[in-house]
Amino acid sequence: MSTLVIVEHDNQSMHSSTRNTIAAAMQLKQNLVLLVAGHQCKAVAEQAAAIEGVHAVWLVDNICYEHQLAENLAELITSMASSFSAILAPSSTFGKNLLPRVAAKLDVTQISDVSRIIEQDIFEHPIYAGNAIETVKVLDPIKVLTIRTTAFDGVNGTQPPCCIELIDKPSSETKTKFVKHELSRSERPDLGSAKIVVSGGRGLQSAEKFKLIEELADALGAAVGASRAAVDAGFVPNDYQVGQTGKVVAPTLYIAVGISGAVQHLAGMKDSKVIVAINKDEDAPIFQIANYGLVGDLFELVPELIKQLK
Amino acid sequence: MKILVAVKRAIDPYVKIRVKSDNTGVETQNIKMSMNPFDEIAIEEAIRLKEKNIANEVIAVTIGPDASQETLRHALALGADRAILVRTDKHFCSLNIAKILQKVAGDEQPNLILMGKQSIDGDNNQTPQMLAALLNWPQGTFASKLTIQGQVLEVTREIDGGLETLAMELPAIVSTDLRLNEPRYASLPNIMKAKRKPLDIIECDDLNLTLKEHVEILATTAPESRSGGIKVASVEELLNKLQNEAKVLYREKK
Repeated sequence: MSTLVIVEHDNQSMHSSTRNTIAAAMQLKQNLVLLVAGHQCKAVAEQAAAIEGVHAVWLVDNICYEHQLAENLAELITSMASSFSAILAPSSTFGKNLLPRVAAKLDVTQISDVSRIIEQDIFEHPIYAGNAIETVKVLDPIKVLTIRTTAFDGVNGTQPPCCIELIDKPSSETKTKFVKHELSRSERPDLGSAKIVVSGGRGLQSAEKFKLIEELADALGAAVGASRAAVDAGFVPNDYQVGQTGKVVAPTLYIAVGISGAVQHLAGMKDSKVIVAINKDEDAPIFQIANYGLVGDLFELVPELIKQLK
Repeated sequence: MKILVAVKRAIDPYVKIRVKSDNTGVETQNIKMSMNPFDEIAIEEAIRLKEKNIANEVIAVTIGPDASQETLRHALALGADRAILVRTDKHFCSLNIAKILQKVAGDEQPNLILMGKQSIDGDNNQTPQMLAALLNWPQGTFASKLTIQGQVLEVTREIDGGLETLAMELPAIVSTDLRLNEPRYASLPNIMKAKRKPLDIIECDDLNLTLKEHVEILATTAPESRSGGIKVASVEELLNKLQNEAKVLYREKK
């Protein structure tokens, strides 16, 4: 039997979360097949074929998969499933949208946000916003898993490209149609994969003053994140949100500025290697998990930090 | 149009949970329970569609023990017209929950099913997608905006890196994200009125469903705790520690 990894991509390049998913898939020690489904996405398949350890790439290139809708993709993946004992995707919004639909079509369970693979059928994943870890044994023949990307180091090795198999299989699902995308463009590193993340909270007071966080991030070459309070107050768009209902990050350095450290936020960043908190309230819960805490006015401390970094 | 809203009773989001010492689960005895916050957003959206005369009936449904009636009464107090409890003391995985909801949907024939994108206990984020698969309906997950025109639903979804808008044929399933709306509070008169609204109880065992075991929970453990850190006195000391002690920051020497 083999393991199937669903490649997340934008028809031009592979999303880095796929490399982490492949790392998890390798631990299942089976032939690894990557599925690239999209439209005019040959470049993605070529990129995928050169990743160390990949056995084969299946390329399904058809206009009906251009926007990778769950309805179409689930139908496609279900039709392929009999060759596999495990189907994996990153636990990004893409993977979360798709894999439960696939699992239900196959009448099997799905395990979300797998953070550790213990055996072929035994997995760990966080529950209750990361405040508990559940160990589960899957009793179904096909394991359908979304992978918590920050829990597995991405595969960066290369190999001479493996075979790319072209599969022509249009979808019959037509009830859902793509209308539009509105993407927030950023020059900075991607929040999900950045080595350093600087996040701001309600303490920043306004969207205008939140620019200070961006300046600090630029001085460090870091990505910018935010607490839910900062998003709800309209300082930044919601895709900046780090937390249980936003993005889960685990960079080497996480700097929380003006963030008190609500359970909701901690769930999204507490696996960071080193956490720094800058807050004027010395009793803020964030200090209980921060490796280094700096108590004081962020509007004095952050500019000084930027100055010293330059 | 008829809307079915699935709600769940879960540990209140502001409770700091404790893992049982025998690792069989988390403590739920004498712990405050409330409606899963994403489900409140689903109820709110259904009520708003009713206020716009797009919907004419809103039904709240839950699966669980007798105590789940509180959650349904809360949904009724917020504005749902009637409620259904599928009574069971068993703990089901998402797929089996989806199968029970599929049965309820078959009986009720709603045009739209609204659900929270995830429950804050299991954090699975699966049931809406699974139910959509079982019913073979389109799915609009992580919705931050919906508009309905005739038989077409337009959903704006929160995705990594921004927003995506999809159009889909009804009937469909929508799972709610935080920014879809701000749920209202139940007023005292509405809480009183809710007591007289119909609440049907169906025994799960009477549904004639064969629900097999798909997963076995081996253990629930507490995550590794972070060792307490130190407070530094100045920006200079912080940078020094990050470079020389934690070694997570490298500055070029000028």
